[in-house]
Amino acid sequence: MLKLEKRPQPSRAFSYLTPIFAVIATMIAGGLLFAALGKDPVLAIRTIFYEPLFGEFAFYYAPQLLVKGGPLILIAVGLSLGFRAGIWNIGAEGQYIIGAICGAAVGLAFYPLDAWYIFPLMVIAGALGGLLWAMIPALLKVKFGTNEILVSLMLVYVAENLLAAMALGPLKNPEGHGFPGSRNLKDYPAAHNDELITGTGMHWGVAAAFIAVILAYILLNRHSLGFSIRLTGEAPRAAKFSGVNPARLILFCLGMSGLTAGLAGLFEVAGPAGQISIDFNTGYGFTAIIVAFLGRLHPVGILLAGLLMALTYIGGEIAQSNMGLPSAAIQAFQGMLLFFLLAVDLLTNYRIRLAAKGAA
Amino acid sequence: MDLSSISPELLLASLMVAATPILLAAVGELIVERAGVLNLGVEGMMITGAICGFAVTIESGSPTLGFVAAAAGGAGLSLLFALLTQFALANQVASGLALTLFGLGLSALLGQGYVGLKPPLMADIHIPGLSDIPYLGTVLFTHDPMVYFGLLLVAAVWWFLNRTRGGLVLRAVGENHAAAHALGYKVVRIRVLAIMFGGACAGLGGAYISLIRVPQWTEGMTAGAGWIALALVVFASWKPGRVLLGAYLFGGVTVLQLNLQAAGIAIPVEYLSMSPYLITILVLVIMSADRSRAPGSLGRIFHASG
Repeated sequence: MLKLEKRPQPSRAFSYLTPIFAVIATMIAGGLLFAALGKDPVLAIRTIFYEPLFGEFAFYYAPQLLVKGGPLILIAVGLSLGFRAGIWNIGAEGQYIIGAICGAAVGLAFYPLDAWYIFPLMVIAGALGGLLWAMIPALLKVKFGTNEILVSLMLVYVAENLLAAMALGPLKNPEGHGFPGSRNLKDYPAAHNDELITGTGMHWGVAAAFIAVILAYILLNRHSLGFSIRLTGEAPRAAKFSGVNPARLILFCLGMSGLTAGLAGLFEVAGPAGQISIDFNTGYGFTAIIVAFLGRLHPVGILLAGLLMALTYIGGEIAQSNMGLPSAAIQAFQGMLLFFLLAVDLLTNYRIRLAAKGAA
Repeated sequence: MDLSSISPELLLASLMVAATPILLAAVGELIVERAGVLNLGVEGMMITGAICGFAVTIESGSPTLGFVAAAAGGAGLSLLFALLTQFALANQVASGLALTLFGLGLSALLGQGYVGLKPPLMADIHIPGLSDIPYLGTVLFTHDPMVYFGLLLVAAVWWFLNRTRGGLVLRAVGENHAAAHALGYKVVRIRVLAIMFGGACAGLGGAYISLIRVPQWTEGMTAGAGWIALALVVFASWKPGRVLLGAYLFGGVTVLQLNLQAAGIAIPVEYLSMSPYLITILVLVIMSADRSRAPGSLGRIFHASG
């Protein structure tokens, strides 16, 4: 009979290996899923993981890796801080939307003025928008002990409705012939988040994601606040005795994750998306949760996980156009990845032993 | 705006219909949480139930079979959660989120061939005599069987929790799993059963949306109903009777804002559509002052060592 024995210390080796195990298991299970849909499983997996990087059209797809990975990494890094301390912001999608609305609104307010300070102002507005939206669950939790999971999630639906209201109302393009959606910021150079180096997919949002990874690494490893976060997650009682202020930690973690999500939204609306529209948000805020866990809540891990997840998005699109693989299959595939990750995580914290029957 | 176009009689009748999906899901989740498990995957199980029920109803022509399939689908998906949290000892919050994300993807995948179809409807029960009572008859006695099933389920859950030995054991497991284990109760087995019951109820709730409330299949059609059901359990302080009260309150808000939209009130539709979510937050704030009612072992991992 198999028996579980808790390890005194989580295994370091397994904490690096489990994400790889999870990816392999997902490829196998995903292959079965694709086979069940009547597609060639090997070809599908190859199309998703190999084609974007080394295929015939890699020159076109590879830059997309940064375009899609940037927001995922930026949001996931913010989320990971709270997740480490047991503070669950799952409303990043809402903060992402609000960041985009605030940032775009500032940019559109200046239209058609051409000045250097417009884009920086939009960045600030986007960050503040996300921050303030995340402050709602944070303050409610600190003041009234309200569950931040439910409040942050409810606010996603509020934000989605607000997005629709903005796209149809105040931010609607006055020259848009009555169609919903704002002016396209791509046609407004002072507010456009253009590629920094043409043809690489590298824009300010991607740069911000890399900076966030570095700052989070420094915070967690070299700063006392980072230590408090880790301590609260790993040993809440010890954290209490050592004088960690839980309210401050909640405000900081939710605030930071809101800020990064807001930034991601702003860079997306000013760059790849271009405009506020009803269907502007595409679920980055939710996928970032998978990215954060896949990266083991570690900044460098998240960087790699974000790129991998971006790969499945792009590969999924290729598989969709080449093989007719439905886009929902990729969504299920990504969900599966998180499942397997959580399941194999058992190996990090427990040892599996063979035990003689009846001995226990 | 013409407020007189809103009939209080029909408003109350449709309130019962609007409340049923979250009522079913919430009463299931209540059992799960009373057993000490926090399953945040309600939304995922609801949407899976919605498509399973819809597909089977279309294929078989029988809504009853559809509801059975929805319960099976929800329970099946919840087994994944049980496997992760009870056997692989994974974090319950993360596992629940995974269930929701996976459920949304899976349902969209399963539902591809079913967009735009109309399912056969479940006939309303007209009880001779009762249905003809003026006013009350329309409000209370002209519904489909699932509305009454929801009410019966609440009563049954209340009776199970408070009047049976099984309910007592379930509550013991939820309050203190170590003590329950020491007394010889099978903590893991009881929790797996509770999780499956919760999954089946969520599946029924989802199918109610796709088969009766809307009735149609669209991706992501549960639109947060699962999360509202989770909030409802907190609102109800983990008591079945209060779940009913809460569900009717949210049903009322939903129906009222829909009626106001139809009556052409001068507020844009989007702001009205926000209201159920905002009310949920407001209620959560009011109720969270008293956390003492939460089951003692809620969300904690149980591992019998030695």
